[in-house]
Amino acid sequence: MSSKRELIISKIRDGVVIDHIPTGRALLVLRLLGISGREGFRVALVMNVESRKLGTKDIVKIEGRELTKDELNLVALVAPTATVNIIRDYEVVSKFKVAIPDVIEGLLKCKNPRCITNQQREPVRSRFRVLSREPLKLVCDYCGTIHELNDIERYFGLT
Amino acid sequence: MTWFNRDVIGVLDFGREDFEVLFSEALNMEKYAKSRLDLLGDKVLALAFFEPSTRTRLSFETAMLRLGGRVIGFSGTEATSMTKGENLADTIRMLDAYANAIVIRHSLEGAAKFAAEIAESPVINAGDGSQNHPTQAMLDLYTIWREFKVIDDLSIGILGDLRYARVVNSLIQALSYYRVKLHLISPELLRPRQELVEFMNSRNMKYDWTDDPYGVINDLDVLYVVRIQRERFPDPMEYEKVKGAYKVTPKLIERGKPSLVILHPLPRVDEIDFAVDNMPQARYFKQASLGVPLRMALLKLVLAGDKS
Repeated sequence: MSSKRELIISKIRDGVVIDHIPTGRALLVLRLLGISGREGFRVALVMNVESRKLGTKDIVKIEGRELTKDELNLVALVAPTATVNIIRDYEVVSKFKVAIPDVIEGLLKCKNPRCITNQQREPVRSRFRVLSREPLKLVCDYCGTIHELNDIERYFGLT
Repeated sequence: MTWFNRDVIGVLDFGREDFEVLFSEALNMEKYAKSRLDLLGDKVLALAFFEPSTRTRLSFETAMLRLGGRVIGFSGTEATSMTKGENLADTIRMLDAYANAIVIRHSLEGAAKFAAEIAESPVINAGDGSQNHPTQAMLDLYTIWREFKVIDDLSIGILGDLRYARVVNSLIQALSYYRVKLHLISPELLRPRQELVEFMNSRNMKYDWTDDPYGVINDLDVLYVVRIQRERFPDPMEYEKVKGAYKVTPKLIERGKPSLVILHPLPRVDEIDFAVDNMPQARYFKQASLGVPLRMALLKLVLAGDKS
C-alpha cells in the first residue's frame, strides 16, 4: 500500500484497512464481520492485487465504522495472514497482525444439527475453542465436534 | 479436587485421583446397596430423563433412596410442560429451584453442559446424545477395577458401534488416564469418529482397529461390547447395512483367555448370544448391579462431600 502505483482506491480518513487477505477471501472477511454493504458506511474492496509477501492479495477498507480488536481478530479464521491498520485522520494510528482468539463466542454456527447450540428456542450462544491454529481446528465447547476451515466456510454461512 | 458440589458433565473434567476416591467410596457403599445409609435425608434429587433409560435412571433413584434422600422427576417428556412448548432452559431453572442436584439425560449433544451453566445446583450428565455418559464410564472402570484390582497394563477390546455409542466415547476418555492397550473392533461403517481418533492420538493411547474379533480375542483381558445405536443413525438405510454385523458367541469366547471378562453397558439387543450369559466370563449383569453402589458413592461425594 506504500507505492503510488498500488493505490487503486483513495485513502480513507477514519476507519480500518484490512490488508494481506489471501486472494479471493475479501468477501468472506466482510461476511465474517457482518458487513453486507447496506449499513450505509463506505466500504472498498480490492481483489487480486500484487503483493510482495503473498504474490497476490485482497484488501478491504472500511470507512466510518469502528471495529474492536476482538471483532477484527475473527478475520484470522478465514484470513490468517491479514494485517489491520486503524486509520484516524488519514494516519495509521495502530497496526497489528490478526490472531485467532482462544475462544470464539456467538459468531459461528456448529455444524452438528444435534448440538444444543442449534436449538432455536434455547437461550444459548455457540462457543468454540481453538484446538489447533495450523491447520485451523475449532472444537464446539458444547458437543465436542471438530471444525476445520472448510467447515467454517460451509456451515458458518460464509459461502 | 474435591467432588463436593461439582457438575459431572464429562469424564475429562475428572482425573485418576478423583476416580480413586470414587472407587474406594463405592467399595464402601457396596455394604449398603441393599440396606440404608442415612446420609442425604435432607436432600432431593431431580431426575430429568428426556430420553428413555432403565438402568441409569433406576440405579440413580435406588442410590438416592438407599442414602435416605428423596427423588422427583420425570421420564420422557409426555407428562411435562415440554409438550406445551417449554424449553430445556426453563425446565432446568425450575428443577434447580426444587432440588439439590439434577440428573439429566437428553438426546441433544451438549444439553447437560448447557443445563449446568443454567443451574446453580450440581448437574450430573446421565447421557447426552452420542457424546458423553460419564457415570457409565465410571461404572465400567469401577467394574474392571473390582475384577482385576488394577486397570493399568490391561488389554481391553471394545466391540460394536464405536461411532455413535456415547459410552464408548466416555470409556475411552476415562481409560486415557491409565496405561492400557485398546483393541477397537467394529464394522468399517462404525469406526470411531474423527474426534475420538484425534483424542486418542493426542493422549498417545495405544490402540488398533480391526473388523475381526477372532484376530484379537486371545490377547484380551476385557471384552466390552456395545449395541448398535439405531436411534442415533442419521440415515435408517445405514443402520440396515450394519445391523446384526457382529455377535459374541460361546465359540468366540472359548478362544479367549479363561480369565477374560465380558462387559456390556446394556441394554443388549442381539450382539451377545444368550448362551454366553451362563459362561463364567460374562460379567455384564454384575456390572449393572454395581451401578447402585457406584452412584451412591457419586451422590454422596457430590452432595455431602468427601467426609464420611
